[in-house]
Amino acid sequence: MRVLVKGAGVAGLTAAFEFATRGAAVAVAETRHALGGNASWFAGGMLAPWCERESAEQPVLDLGRDAADWWDAATPGQVIRAGTLVVAAPRDAGELERFASRTSGHRRVDEDEIALLEPDLAGRFRRGLLFLDEAHLDPRLAMAALHDKLAAMGAEFRFGADAQHGSGFDRQIDCTGMAAADDRLRGVRGEMLILRTPDISLSRPVRLLHPRFPLYAVPRADTQFMIGATMVESRSVGPVTARSMMELLGAAYALHPAFGEAEIVETGVGVRPAFADNLPRVETSGEIIAINGLYRHGFLLAPAMARQAADLVFNQDGTKELTHETDGQRRSA
Amino acid sequence: MFDLLGTTLPSRLLLGTAQYPSPAILADAVKASGTSVVTVSLRREMAGGRAGEQFWSLIRSLGVRILPNTAGCHSVREAVTTANMAREVFGTNWIKLEVIGNHDTLQPDVFGLVEAARILCEDGFAVFPYTTDDLVVAERLLGAGCKVLMPWCAPIGSALGPVNIMALRSMRGHFPDVPLIVDAGLGRPSHAATVMELGFNAVLLNTAVARAADPVGMARAFGKAVEAGREAFSSGMLEPRDVAVPSTPTIGRAVFS
Repeated sequence: MRVLVKGAGVAGLTAAFEFATRGAAVAVAETRHALGGNASWFAGGMLAPWCERESAEQPVLDLGRDAADWWDAATPGQVIRAGTLVVAAPRDAGELERFASRTSGHRRVDEDEIALLEPDLAGRFRRGLLFLDEAHLDPRLAMAALHDKLAAMGAEFRFGADAQHGSGFDRQIDCTGMAAADDRLRGVRGEMLILRTPDISLSRPVRLLHPRFPLYAVPRADTQFMIGATMVESRSVGPVTARSMMELLGAAYALHPAFGEAEIVETGVGVRPAFADNLPRVETSGEIIAINGLYRHGFLLAPAMARQAADLVFNQDGTKELTHETDGQRRSA
Repeated sequence: MFDLLGTTLPSRLLLGTAQYPSPAILADAVKASGTSVVTVSLRREMAGGRAGEQFWSLIRSLGVRILPNTAGCHSVREAVTTANMAREVFGTNWIKLEVIGNHDTLQPDVFGLVEAARILCEDGFAVFPYTTDDLVVAERLLGAGCKVLMPWCAPIGSALGPVNIMALRSMRGHFPDVPLIVDAGLGRPSHAATVMELGFNAVLLNTAVARAADPVGMARAFGKAVEAGREAFSSGMLEPRDVAVPSTPTIGRAVFS
């Protein structure tokens, strides 16, 4: 079976990998000239379905809980399983209670345990939540690893390719995100920073709760940190705004003053494709399967979407329907 | 039914559209609350011209009246510019006017508010000013041409509920004929019922619903509380007494102690 995957973001690469491992001959067409530049490139790379459940619906947890295993198997060595630490300033203790009551899979940690987990945060936060089963990865390294693995498996990459028609292919997988012609999709802009400082080190993503400016800091190699991310109802890909940068930096400084001395290595903007319920969809229309709407959950949910798409083709009975009902509807049902 | 500036509205609850887990949940919450007016903020989403158009279409498709706001504006000029953009984008002359004077408390800058209200009223806007419970400021806003007032009952997003009942009561008493909408600070349905029992015409809230564990259920609860509070106000509530009064007569019963 010959499969054409359109789009080399996280949705396209995971779908290509899932089809290739099930024996399909895969070609990946990407209009950009190299990996990167898309929303996936600017992602945090947190595999944190329990934390996300604070504001996301149940399917995000159901579909995302196996993501770390998928990435570990597909790209060995990329996944760091160190959990997520959630903290709040003493003034915002209510935010921590709120977060705890909306999520599961965590345990409370006190000042001493925070100091053991993240020595550089010692004395800064009195209480926190540890989500031990969560993981993270560096999206850029993971995408490169997946690309290399696919290439080694014989997949063909067409970068800088114009609109591809699917002649000669049995199936097309449309993973073009915001570029897809689907007027149900909207863009949710996310702005992020990469900071570099040797003065602080973290072993895991840390989320700082704040009533106005929640923040996460994800440690990366070479004393870098990904700081994110804003959520703006806009499809604008223009540069990060001064206000967003100020908010992100202010929150980072509140997490640890050492971030005040950090170098700003990069600012980035990604526009996440989202449906009205902020849940992803796998949809078929003839020989075309579309995977879209991953919203802020690209690395978390792309593996499950890729599996669903492959199941649609390879096991006819494996077509699990995604539920799109809201939590409220489920409760009253 | 509720008459607001010549428009008849079925509900006395106005709902904000920010901070919901998803637009789908927002749509369900609007439906469950029975609200007929939603507010929408322009400022942040304006980044990049009409790049927020997709979200606005979702708001328009809710089928309820839109009250655009100038949330996050810190100066008269900024607020006036935003109001003009809002009129163009949503095709309405209604504007909820916010001019923020303090970054921490999001307290209105009442001087800037009066100035911006005058400019916008002269330009044909129906201005809904987000103000404090200060009577003098309220007078000035009415003098600037506002036909409705939106006093806070506590700082935005604080969920504290009415912190100064006396001031709210006095405001109602001073302006018996002006539509008064309590805006900001409501945390739970009982807060909404309390201010409606004082005779306020409507309430506007956002965070208390959007950030609830189940926004749809909370929207429904607020809808009921607003209705209950209003009906209680119109039905004439019993004043507290210092003596117990039995609801069933005791004379004539077999045992009389």
